[in-house]
Amino acid sequence: MDFSVVVEYFPRLLQGTWVSLQLVVISIVLGGIFALPIALARISPVGWVRAVPFAYIFFFRGTPLLVQIFLVYYGASQFDAVRESILWPILREPFWCAIIAFTLNTSAYTAEIFRGAIQAIPQGEVEACKVVGMTKFQMYRRILLPRAFGIVLPAYGNEIILMLKGSALASTITILDLTGMARTIIARTYTPMEIFLAAGAIYLVISIVIIAIFRQIELRQNRYLGTLSIKVPDKG
Amino acid sequence: MIDLHGFGDQLLQGAVITLELALSSLFVGLILGLLGASAKLSSIRVLRWIANGYTTIIRGIPELLTVLIIYFGATSVLMAIASVFGYDEYIEVGAFAAGVTALGLTFGAYATEVFRGALQSIPKGQHEAAIALGMGPVRKFYRIILPQVWRIALPGLGNLFLVLLKDTALVSVVGLDDIMRKANIAVSSTKQAFLFYLVAAFMYLALTIISMAFVSYMEKRASRGLTRG
Repeated sequence: MDFSVVVEYFPRLLQGTWVSLQLVVISIVLGGIFALPIALARISPVGWVRAVPFAYIFFFRGTPLLVQIFLVYYGASQFDAVRESILWPILREPFWCAIIAFTLNTSAYTAEIFRGAIQAIPQGEVEACKVVGMTKFQMYRRILLPRAFGIVLPAYGNEIILMLKGSALASTITILDLTGMARTIIARTYTPMEIFLAAGAIYLVISIVIIAIFRQIELRQNRYLGTLSIKVPDKG
Repeated sequence: MIDLHGFGDQLLQGAVITLELALSSLFVGLILGLLGASAKLSSIRVLRWIANGYTTIIRGIPELLTVLIIYFGATSVLMAIASVFGYDEYIEVGAFAAGVTALGLTFGAYATEVFRGALQSIPKGQHEAAIALGMGPVRKFYRIILPQVWRIALPGLGNLFLVLLKDTALVSVVGLDDIMRKANIAVSSTKQAFLFYLVAAFMYLALTIISMAFVSYMEKRASRGLTRG
């Protein structure tokens, strides 16, 4: 193996890394915003309000991300209505199709994480809020959501790492993310091992950085607990 | 009924390949997971290092990249070995073999953590009782430890299998004729992308539901020795 190609093409790999990071950050932010209402609807006492997010979550967690990307990128353009709509300039771009697919996917997983966290809060705290006379909105804003945020952190960190790894699938719809860039370079140099291993190392470094950041936030958020940590239900 | 343009049985054949790939990878992954967990709990430092390196690297790299590395890497590694023995023809590693290796490695890395947790949760008294009865290490493992570890690890392993099932779609990228690739072929000849990818999605969903039912049956079976109060 000759790793001088890695040195030569390293700037290109970094370009790809930048695209990957954009994909992950935009999807995670949008996914997080959508996840909260989905999670709240998922724990609604009303049966039919629960059913819609349940089906949504079940579909996006039960099918491969690759299928979801292809459905958005290739599937949407099957319909003339989509091609003639004002959204077409967005749906034509592979980058935005990947963002849409990733956002839908991660919002389903994140909603389940939020739900688990909200339900993990002891019933006594909910009762205490009611006794003090808080409205439902106050209860969520002041007590339940901040508490859930602390509980959610480890699982949410995992979800971001899963999203980072999932972002490699963007390369299948011609996006030059880190994996896509690696495949392009390999098509020219035919050194698959060297370039793929270099790309793998970059992913690994990003994962390690994310883990370290989350450990810090977690320590800060849960510092009132002292050395205790809250048991989080495993994501399914 | 939806018109599949005669691609229905092609898709079903793809589903069989997907299932074969998932089950073969599960088998490889379970063995790797048990070995990895034993290595992590071993008193030999080198084994712990190897196991930690294995799980950290595999879990930090995208599954797609693992598939690509194994698929292209295995070819060059095998050809390098073969050329030492004077064989210079091109060796092709099949997509199925590469897929089983890559997904098995991935499953194994996550299963290592599940098995490690389960092994650590077996009370020390169980080990001592088995030794007191005169069991050797192998018999102790098979009769006493493994059945209990299995019960504790099953829910975690079940989740991992559902992840594995979805990851099989990635092997279509290197040309395995699974559900995903059959759908790609159908799309390129009929131009009905939404229809075929949606059908593919529901096939994966059906496989997921069947697996979930099977896992919950296995969980009931594994804990039949426990009295529920």
